[in-house]
This record gives sequence, structure tokens and C-alpha cells, in this order.
Amino acid sequence: MTESLQPVIVGAGPAGIRAAERLVRAGLRPIVLDEGQRAGGQIYRRPLIDDGRSYRSRYGSEAGKARRLHEAFEAILPAIDYRPETLVWNVSTPERGNQLDVLLAGVHRQIGFSQLILCTGATDRVLPFPGWTTPGVYTLGASQTALKAQGCTIGDRVVFMGSGPLLYLVAWQYLKAGARVEAVLDTAPVTSKRHLLTLAIHAPRIVALGLSYGLQLQLAGVKIRYGVRPEAVLGTSQVEGLRYRRRTLTGEAVESIACDALAYGFALRPETQLADLAGCRFRFNGRDRVWLPERDALGRTSRSDVYVAGDGSGIAGADASEISGELAAAALLEDTGRALADAAGLVAARKAILRQRDILEQAFPFPDDWLETVPDETTLCRCEEITIAEGRRAIAAGSIVEINRLKALSRVGMGRCQGRMCSAAATELLSGACGTSAGEVGRLRAQAPVKPIPLGFGGSVEAEVRS
Amino acid sequence: MSMNPLLRRRYRLDETLVPFTLNGTAQTGRRGDTVLTAILSVSGRLRQSEFTGENRAGFCLIGACQDCYVMTAQGSRVRACSTALLADMAFITDLGAVSETAHD
Amino acid sequence: MSRRISVDVAIIGGGLVGSSAALAMRKAGLSVALIDRGYCGAQASGVNYGGVRRQGRPPEQLPLSQRAHGIWPQLKAMIGIDAEYMRSGHLKLARTGKDFAKLEAYAETVRDYGLGLELVAGSALVRRFPWLSAQAVGASLCPDDGHANPRLVAPAFAGAAERAGAIVLEQTPVREVAATGNGFEILAGDGIEIRCQQLVNSAGAWSDRFAANFNEPVPLTRIYPSMVVTEPLPLRLPVSMGEQGGSFYGRQVARGNYVMGGGRGLPLGDPDYSRPSVTAASSVMQRAITLFPHLAGAQVIRFWSGTEAEMPDGNPVIGPSETTSGLLHAFGFCGAGFQTAPAVGEVLAELVTEGRSTTPIDAFSIGRFRKVAANTAASL
Repeated sequence: MTESLQPVIVGAGPAGIRAAERLVRAGLRPIVLDEGQRAGGQIYRRPLIDDGRSYRSRYGSEAGKARRLHEAFEAILPAIDYRPETLVWNVSTPERGNQLDVLLAGVHRQIGFSQLILCTGATDRVLPFPGWTTPGVYTLGASQTALKAQGCTIGDRVVFMGSGPLLYLVAWQYLKAGARVEAVLDTAPVTSKRHLLTLAIHAPRIVALGLSYGLQLQLAGVKIRYGVRPEAVLGTSQVEGLRYRRRTLTGEAVESIACDALAYGFALRPETQLADLAGCRFRFNGRDRVWLPERDALGRTSRSDVYVAGDGSGIAGADASEISGELAAAALLEDTGRALADAAGLVAARKAILRQRDILEQAFPFPDDWLETVPDETTLCRCEEITIAEGRRAIAAGSIVEINRLKALSRVGMGRCQGRMCSAAATELLSGACGTSAGEVGRLRAQAPVKPIPLGFGGSVEAEVRS
Repeated sequence: MSMNPLLRRRYRLDETLVPFTLNGTAQTGRRGDTVLTAILSVSGRLRQSEFTGENRAGFCLIGACQDCYVMTAQGSRVRACSTALLADMAFITDLGAVSETAHD
Repeated sequence: MSRRISVDVAIIGGGLVGSSAALAMRKAGLSVALIDRGYCGAQASGVNYGGVRRQGRPPEQLPLSQRAHGIWPQLKAMIGIDAEYMRSGHLKLARTGKDFAKLEAYAETVRDYGLGLELVAGSALVRRFPWLSAQAVGASLCPDDGHANPRLVAPAFAGAAERAGAIVLEQTPVREVAATGNGFEILAGDGIEIRCQQLVNSAGAWSDRFAANFNEPVPLTRIYPSMVVTEPLPLRLPVSMGEQGGSFYGRQVARGNYVMGGGRGLPLGDPDYSRPSVTAASSVMQRAITLFPHLAGAQVIRFWSGTEAEMPDGNPVIGPSETTSGLLHAFGFCGAGFQTAPAVGEVLAELVTEGRSTTPIDAFSIGRFRKVAANTAASL
């Protein structure tokens, strides 16, 4: 095999770095494109400058993994073509050739690829509630990023809400950082925690850490509530408090709590826009209530020159992302005749983690009754400022049963974020209104550019042709 | 209308100061700040939404939600959470405030 | 699952032409079935630029266009929404002296059609339109032309037709259609049988299949617009703009987004789907910055494309079939069908109820391609 390959990896997080590492080991020189300023992704996000904090201070229990990942990246840096601060905003379909449209320093470039490994990661998954657009309301991931990468806490007196292990981890991190954690509001019923017993068999470390965080929070006097549904943010120009309902032994109670910041979220949602633009086939994943690019155990997609890895191919966490990055690279090497994948061990390791995810979802379930508990005047699409009521009216007026139709007729998902922040809610709204399930209303089709690009591109396109 | 700072610094407190201007008033950030951190460490808003005029101050902090755009005094806009703060940057988050450059 | 429907008129294609025809025919007391293989208005009717303009059309289209001009202001009463229609004016720029001469010649040609064209040149251009960078020699303004939101109009017509009693079948592809000697029989969707006296072929870019089905092949080609949308921005552009001799067009909607287009998109492996060409989109973006310097800091948030149909002479096909009694055609609007479609719907209703149209449509006869069809057949 003497054809020259130009593999391109999109994303320099855990998946992208391990994919690059594997390719480098096989003697290839991948182009690695990352939107951020420093490699590492989000979980292992690095600050803009060295701020003197230790790995333990920044990454806690995951300090060792973070260090090893960063060191791995530094080690392969001389052997890769690394382009930070580069936004990949479009992928051409097979009939149009293998091109990525990217933006670097305001200039449009096209980069050709022979194979593409998409390691595009994830964002927080959120649902709307009254006041969620108020300054001081952030996602759970945002509250962690603020502390990790910028050394700030959102506010002084913070309430954390949502579902997932991140909820307890971040609350605990804020406690350690000197913020007042006013409450941890778990939207899952306390009974769902019995699944942690099962999880403890498969992933004892995760459970032990989680229980430890919970215990420390309780010992610090933090209010912990279960079965919570928010009613409204208090305060108009800034967060001043939160009113919420919670399940009690006898029924329901309404409580209010003063705070100056609120962080919330319900696990993560994958970034799949580039896989969509690349023409990959998608399949609905019922557990995560999201459409994912079809992938085999190694990360091959329906397009023979495109591979997916990491949370962008399905939420599974940083450990699984590292494994799947290596697997995708292994598949690429096998498919190009360079090496047998010999991936059975990695595949098994990833499968084990995915089994843990199933249990995690049961312990921290998605609140699928959410929209029944939220008033219709609530903003549904924060970019276009469309309310739930307007969405319902459009659904009724247009007999809408499909989410792209909902977008066309109501503008939900038409704003700058392209539905990242509202698609989960739009899916629940539409499927609820139609009486169908989340997988039966279609998926928001990606449109280039996947993130906003400047109108003044900066002159003619610079194309990089594969030699 | 209260506009208290939304972010509290816990680290880099002694880091090199970086001067910038917010609504015509001199402010200081720290080396290593993003524009978002710098502005929200001293104030409570980044912009007003297009359709209802409500205050916005970012949301996801990782460049996904596209809510943290802030206007510079030169009339351009930057995504605050993913833009590094540089000395002498000037931002406008209150269109009613005095600005150094006239807009069309 | 089978279903039998019997109607006076079946309309294949629920774009703006078909759905406005369905409403017009219901108002005339006919029973109607409107059939679309997808959602009504999701193709050309929903992905076009949104210009509602008369200026620039060849004179033979102007009677139809003027008729439509009288319908657009009545949308709210007819279909329940105004679909963001506004008479912003349509300003056509001339970059060179030669282009301006063409604008002058056109204005002269259509002088009697009542478009109210105003030619503006030189310093008057900059004075009247201060937001426009002085890159044009002159322009022609049609003050009462405008724009609307293409995504909303056809679905609203289909909805109004349904409320008026039309049977609307979405997600229902036509499998077979044939003349029976006493009307037509259609097999569609999941075993739906439709019998009708008259049939309308308003199937957009798919109309050529139906025309061929009735032995009237036409030289229809697919074209794909390349559209660019910005984020919402402060209102600055009061008119819908085009360029003589150039391919840029742009408007700013009430919510502030700039919607701009030019050049062509590209089909995907499946020609029913398309993407904007990045080259075309880049050209549109660069032209926009040149024309509107105030957009220097603006961002593009979306490209879109879609499938439109073009006929070689730039005119649509409207009128009775030459081979089959009771069959009417209305397709091939060359990316300019949005404004005229509500009038085409009324014309189709007239053709059904009275056998003739009060608006001249002879120039759009399918017969003009007869020679081409014969040559094609002979060469096979």
C-alpha cells in the first residue's frame, strides 16, 4: 500500500488525542483540528495560561488521567499537524469529494482528507424552565468549566440542579473552592438511587466517589432534595433565588431558596452535526433520546472514509472516549491495510463502560415528564426567543409531526446555536403533542455552517490539496 | 436594576492585570481571562437579546450556545467565552451608556 | 390500508401553486384532493429567496404577476396569516453603464404594465439609499414589490384549503396515474385510490415525470438555489435587492436576519436533495460585504438550498395538456414562481370551471416544447 494518506481528526479531546496517538504510532501524520485554544477537550480542559494550580486541584480524582492525556498530546505534537482555534464548519458529501471547510483567524480554508475521524464531543443537555435565560443561570458543565479553566465560580451562593453524577461532583468542587453551595436539587426520585447498588458491582470507583461527594455535601450542611421540578427563577435581571417543587413522603412541597447563581443540566448531548453533513446514516438511541451516527464497535460509520469516536458518537464519558479514539484509529489502520485492529480488549473495555451507562441512566433518569411541569409562557428556543406556547400553536396549526417542519414553521432551532440548547425540549414537546415517542419525530438536520462564521470570510478560499 | 458581578474569582487573583474598558469605564481583568470572565467579574450582563431585550450573560461557557456575544466599542462582536482578553479591549454591554466610538 | 376518494379535481404537488389552486377551486365549489409526496410547501415553495416581485419578469409574465400582486395583500383574510409579506420595494442595481441601459430598456418595455418603476442614477442613488455603498451606477426601483416568508405561505394555503373542505394528503407519493377516458385514476401512498374528473400537474421539479407519463415530455432541469442567512441584526436594509447582470439578491426580514442568495447549489447523490455550493455561498457573502459595509461584523448562521425547476426559455408551463383532456400543467417556474403562484392557482381554477383563463397564459403553453419532444423522440 503506497497510497499516501491524509487522515484528519476533528477534535483534540480525549478521543481525538488517543486517535492521533495511535495513528502516529503507525507512522502516519494526521492533521488534528480543534476549535479550542489548547488541546484537552472539555473534561480535561486546560486553562489559557499556566495558573499555578496542581492537576489535583483542577481535576480532582481524575488528575492522573488528565495529566497522562495532556502528556500524551505533548508527546505526539511534533508528529502531527495540529491546528488549534480552527472551526470545522462543513464537510462535503462523498460525491463532492473529501473536503472540510474550516475557519481559522477569520479566513476560510478547505482541507482535504482521505479519512476523517470525528471526535466532536458533547455539550450539556438542558430543558427550559421559567427564568432559565436569566443572567446567573448556567449549565452544570459551564459551572465546572468556569472553575476548571478560569478559576472562577459562578456566584457566591450557588444552587445545583439536574440529574447525573456531574451534579454531585460539581457541587462538591464548588464547596472545596470556597463557594456556598445552597442546595443540590436532584430531579430524580430518591428511589432511583437504588440502581447505584447495581452500578457498584460494575463501577465501584464511580459509586464510591459519588457517595463520598454526597456525604461531604451533607456534612457541610448542604440541602439535598430529590424529585425536584423547578417552578421559577427568582429575580429578573439576575438570579436571586429559585422556587421549586419536590417530592416528600406525604406528597409535594414547594420551597424557595435564595442564591446568586444556578447551575443545571441533565447529562450530555452529542455533537453530531459534522457526521450529519458528511452524509452518515443515523439511528435513534432510546436510552439517550438522541439520534446518533450509526457506528460499529470500532467507530466505522456508513461512510467508508468517516469514523466517529468519543461522546460525539454517543455519550459514554472520558474513559470511553479515550478507548474509542484509539479504536477508530485502529479501524482506519485496518481499513487502509496498515495493521490489523487487534482491538478485542479495547472493544470489551468500551462495552463494559457502556453497560455502566445503562445503569447510570436508571440511577439518574432523564425527566421525561418535564414539559408537563413547565408553563407554556416559558422560552423554548433561547436564540429566537420562541415560547413553548408558540411552539404548541404552530404544531396545532400546521398538524406538525416532524421536527424540521416544526423548525420551519415556528423558528424553533433556527437561531445561532442551531438547536443545540433547544432540540431536546423541542423533541419532547413535539412527541408529547403528537402522542408519539421521542424517536418518531425525526431529527434536526444539520446545516452548514455548524457554528456562526463571519460574513466577511476574508478573501478567497485557500484550498489545501492532498499531495 | 441590580447588575452585580456574576463570577467570583478564586484563583489567579495575583495574576498580571489586564486593563480593558467596559461601557466607557476602565476595568481590569487578569492575564488568562476570557472576555466573558473579565466582563462578568465586574458586571452582570454581556448583551441584550434581540427580540425581548432581556439581559444575557452566556450559558454553556464552551462555545456551543452562542449566547455570549458581546459588542466591542469598534462595532464588531466576539464570542466572549472563547475569546482571550487582551489589553485595551473595549466592550459595550449597555447601549445607552457613553461609548467612545459612534455607531451608524 | 386502502381508501377510495372521488373528487372533481386532484392536484399533484402541494407547493404554492397546488395549494393555492386547491383553495381557489374549493371556493369555486369544486371537490378537491391535494396530494404531496412530502409536506406541502417543503420544496421550491419553501426554499426560495422569498422575493415577491414583478420587476424583472419578461412582459408575457406581467399580467399573471399583476394579478398576483392584487392577491398578496389579502393573505391574512384568505389563509389566516400575512406570512410576513411586506411591500418593501425591490431595488435592482446596475453595476455598469451597460447594465443601467438594460434597466432603462426594460422600464421602457414594461411601461404600460403599471409597475411604477423609478430609475435612479448617480448621486441620487447614494442620497436615496445611504446604506448602500456607492458601487452602483444606478438602479431601478419598483416601490410596491416586496418579500414574504416562503416557509409559511404554501403550508398556510394548504391549511386553508383543508379547512375549506379540500382533502389534503401529505407524505403520499403518487404511484400510478392514468387517464380513464372519463377522468383519471390515481394510486397513491399506502393503497389510496383517487378518481377525479380533472387533474393538475403542479409537481414542481417532479412534474416532468408526470408530463412524460402523459406523453408530453418537457426539457425541465433542476436548479438549486444557494442561500445564506445571517443572525438577526439591527434593521438597516429597507428594500429587497437584486442586481442586473449579477446573481446577488438580498433582503432583511423584520426579525433582522439578512437572507441572501446567488449562484447555484449542487445536488447530492440523490438529486432530490441539495446543498449550497460553498463557492457560490462565499461569493454571496463577499458581495454582501461589498454592498453593505455595515455588515462587516455580521455572522452567517445557516446556508440552505432546495430543488427548483427550470425551463429553457425562462418561462413556466401553465395550461392544458396537449395530449390528454382534463389534464392541466403548472410547473417550471425557474425559481421565480413564488410571487405569481397565488394567481396561477386562480387561473387553474378558472381553467377547470370555465375552460379558459381571464389572464393571458398562451406564452406558457406546453405545446411550445412539442418540437423538442418530437426531436427527442425521433432521436431515441
